[in-house]
Amino acid sequence: MPQMNGSEIIIRLLEKQGIEIVAGIPGGANLPLYHALSGSKIRHILARHEQGAGFIAHGMARSTGKAAVCFGTSGPGATNLLTAIADAKLDSVPIVAITGQVPSSMIGTDAFQEVDTYGMTLPITKHNFLVRSAEELLCVIPEAFRIAESGRPGPVVVDVPKDVQKESIHVDTLSEMDSPVHPKYELDLDDISLFNEMLQKSEKPVLLIGGGVIMSDAIEQVSAFARKNNIPVATTLMGLGCFPPDDLLYIGMVGMHGARYANMIMDETDLVIALGMRFDDRATGKVDAFCPNASIIHVDVDRSEIDKIKTSSLSIIADLSTALDQLLPTVEENMRSDWIEHVKSLKKNNALQPPKISDPYHPIHLLKTINQLADPDAIYTTDVGQHQMWAAQWIPITYPRQFLTSGGLGTMGFGMPAAIGAALANPEKQVICISGDGSILMNIQELATIRDHDLNVKILIFNNGNLGLVRQQQEYFYEKVYSGTQFESLPDFAVIASGFGIRSQKLGNEPDPSNALKEALDMKGPVLLDIPIHVAENVTPMVPPGSANSVMIGE
Amino acid sequence: MIQQTNTIIELEVQNHAGVMSHITGLFSRRGFNLEGILCGQIGDGSASRMYLLVNEDKFLEQIVRQLEKLYDVRSVTIRPDYDHTLFDKLHDLIKIGKPA
Ligand SMILES: Cc1ncc(C[n+]2csc(CCOP(=O)(O)OP(=O)(O)O)c2C)c(N)n1
Ligand SMILES: [Mg+2]
Repeated sequence: MPQMNGSEIIIRLLEKQGIEIVAGIPGGANLPLYHALSGSKIRHILARHEQGAGFIAHGMARSTGKAAVCFGTSGPGATNLLTAIADAKLDSVPIVAITGQVPSSMIGTDAFQEVDTYGMTLPITKHNFLVRSAEELLCVIPEAFRIAESGRPGPVVVDVPKDVQKESIHVDTLSEMDSPVHPKYELDLDDISLFNEMLQKSEKPVLLIGGGVIMSDAIEQVSAFARKNNIPVATTLMGLGCFPPDDLLYIGMVGMHGARYANMIMDETDLVIALGMRFDDRATGKVDAFCPNASIIHVDVDRSEIDKIKTSSLSIIADLSTALDQLLPTVEENMRSDWIEHVKSLKKNNALQPPKISDPYHPIHLLKTINQLADPDAIYTTDVGQHQMWAAQWIPITYPRQFLTSGGLGTMGFGMPAAIGAALANPEKQVICISGDGSILMNIQELATIRDHDLNVKILIFNNGNLGLVRQQQEYFYEKVYSGTQFESLPDFAVIASGFGIRSQKLGNEPDPSNALKEALDMKGPVLLDIPIHVAENVTPMVPPGSANSVMIGE
Repeated sequence: MIQQTNTIIELEVQNHAGVMSHITGLFSRRGFNLEGILCGQIGDGSASRMYLLVNEDKFLEQIVRQLEKLYDVRSVTIRPDYDHTLFDKLHDLIKIGKPA
């Protein structure tokens, strides 16, 4: 392997990394990279917007846990990627974005399609590189993957000037990818005994689990731990799928749109064992009033999350599954009959309320029907809005990585490209994108990408003619002044989809949409359904922004 | 002028063009105050030492933890023993900061 140029080095290193799919769009500043890509067995997915490419990478990474790659050219290519990169930062998703940059000699001259990608991605990446030579690529590319996947995962940007992509150097061997070194995380014996002391003293403990449980593959340990000591399990939005939803111990999502009982239990608990979660404000509500009676044990791999929002009495900085492996044998069995009985009755008396009307087009009925008809292991993606929150509340998520949603950034437009990525990485699975009439338009162009590859993606648009979740806030908190939330014109999504060559149907004429849903879900390949729902339906309960979680509107 | 409630964070960082942006970017993005920076190469030039003059407040611990996460940062030490009025006298500080 004597002479190689920078682009060939990148592609060869991606292959070595086990990358099989890259999503992106070519342009002037990454032409050499695309030239090298054409000679590779890596499959290129041509997105129709770089944000689409970024979220396709999300879909791959979130559904598999492995770092996924997207490409963009300099300037607008890079700026279009920013939202997906920021989204990956907030939800700790391992993405490696490789951007073309103008030639080194032109950097700083306001050259055609020059933007300071390095400067712009600095606050939204786990780390970023501006590569100065082909030689540097030999360590930067493996390093990018190591950073993206290790510890708390996150996005890494590698900005590569065009001359570096073309620079030819002598390469003896491409270093073997070291498999990531996992630190040992030997727990402190004092911490283990304090942990158990606090747990023994506690009469009303709760496990509060987040996305970190999925990232560290700690599902089984969490379950064993909860069962051994009979501790109820609450989750954040990102933690959905980590614990069987029908389990007695499960109390589900807490926070702004959690069930009443979930927030009530958090109000009563005297010990929160927070695992791989970061006390996001959507989960905590007013922080001072969150779990007002509880001590906190916080276990997280990211030290900077400890005491960032909520001060803990005991913190353990470690990979979760390693930590739980060490804690589990030391934890005693405990029936906790009183607490469990109490939790049970709170659950029973303060459950999420199914709609009082039987209209099959009610969004909650729709979600139940969809879930009944879908494959049990279907992957769900969502956009952002009421439909997302209803989905989080009403679809029983049974597996980790089954529910892909933009939690931290809350990006409308996430759903469809993420579904594409999930479908590409899981070709045997059915992928269902629950979207809204507002969100779908933010990346509608990716219907073309779905068509290109005939992906098994079902796009179900919950169409209320409004930016529903914002409208809901206006109804509750802004005197019903619906400023900027109602759409003037309503596009015909079925016609749009068929224009892209995708099977589609506008529902609403038939009294019951079940048959159409069944047909759509049963057939192989892409379908889009435009499903009318009533604009007046709101997501409840709802904690007003800034209020304590004990303040809940609606049932 | 410099107040009594300030303290100094000493950093050892990898020396390349982007490091300073990563450090200052962290402060602006997280809304931390940064009152002053002194920086100089050490050793063979592959590393630099930086002195950050910061408020000694409840954010300090969080600042340190965020700094520790930065890829190019090798070490972070809070130096209450340093006289921060030295920030007025750059050269004196560099002398003190030289590795033993
Ligand atoms: C990119 C982006 N812009 C704006 C918002 C603010 N926002 C949050 S929910 C929402 C409405 C979404 O409307 P739709 O997709 O129709 O979902 P619905 O709430 O109606 O179910 C908006 C505008 C956002 N989250 N993301
Ligand atoms: Mg809508």
